[in-house]
Amino acid sequence: MLTLAIDTATPTLVVGLADGDRVLAEAGVPSGTRHAELLTPTVTDVLTRAGVALADVGRLVVGLGPGPYTGLRVGIVTAAALGDVVGAPVHGVCSLDAVGDGPRVVVTDARRKEVYWRAYDGAPLAGPGVGRPEELDLPDLPVVGDARFAERLGRGVAPAEVTTAGLLRAVPAGPPAPLTPLYLRRPDAVPNVVRKPVTR
Amino acid sequence: MAEPLVLGFETSCDETGIGLVRGHTLLSDALATSMAEHERFGGVVPEIASRAHLEAMVPTVHRALADAGAALSDVDAVAVTSGPGLTGALLVGVAAAKAYALALGVPLYGVNHLAAHVAVDELEHGRLAEPSIAMLVSGGHSSILLVPDLSQDVVELGRTIDDAAGEAFDKVARVLDLPFPGGPPIDRAAQEGTASIAFPRGLTGPRDPAYDFSFSGLKTAVARWVEAQQRDGVHVSVPDVAASFQEAVVDVLTAKAVRACRDHGVDHLVIGGGVAANSRLRAVAQERCDAAGIVLRVPSRRLCTDNGAMVAALGSRLVMAGVAPSQPDLGADSSLPIDVVSR
Repeated sequence: MLTLAIDTATPTLVVGLADGDRVLAEAGVPSGTRHAELLTPTVTDVLTRAGVALADVGRLVVGLGPGPYTGLRVGIVTAAALGDVVGAPVHGVCSLDAVGDGPRVVVTDARRKEVYWRAYDGAPLAGPGVGRPEELDLPDLPVVGDARFAERLGRGVAPAEVTTAGLLRAVPAGPPAPLTPLYLRRPDAVPNVVRKPVTR
Repeated sequence: MAEPLVLGFETSCDETGIGLVRGHTLLSDALATSMAEHERFGGVVPEIASRAHLEAMVPTVHRALADAGAALSDVDAVAVTSGPGLTGALLVGVAAAKAYALALGVPLYGVNHLAAHVAVDELEHGRLAEPSIAMLVSGGHSSILLVPDLSQDVVELGRTIDDAAGEAFDKVARVLDLPFPGGPPIDRAAQEGTASIAFPRGLTGPRDPAYDFSFSGLKTAVARWVEAQQRDGVHVSVPDVAASFQEAVVDVLTAKAVRACRDHGVDHLVIGGGVAANSRLRAVAQERCDAAGIVLRVPSRRLCTDNGAMVAALGSRLVMAGVAPSQPDLGADSSLPIDVVSR
């Protein structure tokens, strides 16, 4: 079965097309905050390179984060809409599961001087969580992901990014669940309880 | 294409609006709103709105299709608000619209939210007279526009230099302990009151810009007046304050809109945006337009506030005018200038 995989949880948007677990075409586009601009053109590009029509895609896989929210939602709503039109199921996965393989701790940029992290020992061991690198008590496993955090973690970080193969591996068994993003933080907003007077 | 079926997406603020329009005919207008979730914050929280858009998107598309008795495969073009608005909120709609257009193999039109507020009137009152003067008044915008050709030529004559008109309603509602959003409760309260307090009319002096607005000073004047009364232990009549505030806003808006028509020799005025649902604005605009020999067009209240049909209406106009669709790298522009009708 043909699977279209999409992830926009990190600054590199990932689109891949696979037949079973064989990746036919894949693109990792360093797009920063331009996921919305670049995602659909990248989908078109990957389909073209794989020689596949969108209508032939049998299922989609999309990263649910954690990741910066605005870009994250671009990937999720795109996958949901594509799946809606072609009538294919859309499976949501934890994006961190798609970084590296085997026993490891994955760290990615959560902005605000924090990282998203999740630990794996064959299966997920702890997390996903978000926090300041200095304050995290991570399991003693190799750390992979965003190497810019090595110094603040006090540990070596092997550079690794989300991959199509990783997204495919991360798909849980069974029917797809609702595509609920892994936000991990509440919206920043404080209820206005008391109105400040304009006069003193 | 004579009568294209256009699917419109609107997510610039807190309403997820999906509309279907064929030509100038409204087929459906499905809406999901996160309004209630913002109430305790006294204003729209962008992240809450964006989260709600994502949840509502696909179900709302299907509600619009079901209401219209249409299938996705019937859609000829997709239109989406690509600005102005809240970036995170806009991007949910833009990404969804791009994906639907790609998967359906139909052209995509990224359109201007403000021009769409004008276009929606064509669904009820037929093709717009051109040129028209348009006044857009909402929680996020207050502008007067000259519209020689809605599909490609819109000129901004003036805009608010501080708060939008709807923002002033929200803030004054807070002063009066009325709920958010402030427009409807102030409108209701004002109907029981008298506009007996002389609140200031911003930017109406002889040397002030003719078509610009300022509502920040008015809001502060209302708050000062109320606080002074309370300090003196005098009972504050909420209906009278609401009526007086509303009168000040409506007086300035209508005077400037009519003046824009006169100055430009244009005898058609269209008013759009959420504040156009205000009953006093509708009444005074009608009186003043009648007196000045101007034909006034205001959409029904349901179509004044943000919705997907307005985006589909503008998209339909663009398709029929032969305007080029958007490029595949369309994004969102939170401060999209009004003279960019589509991009």
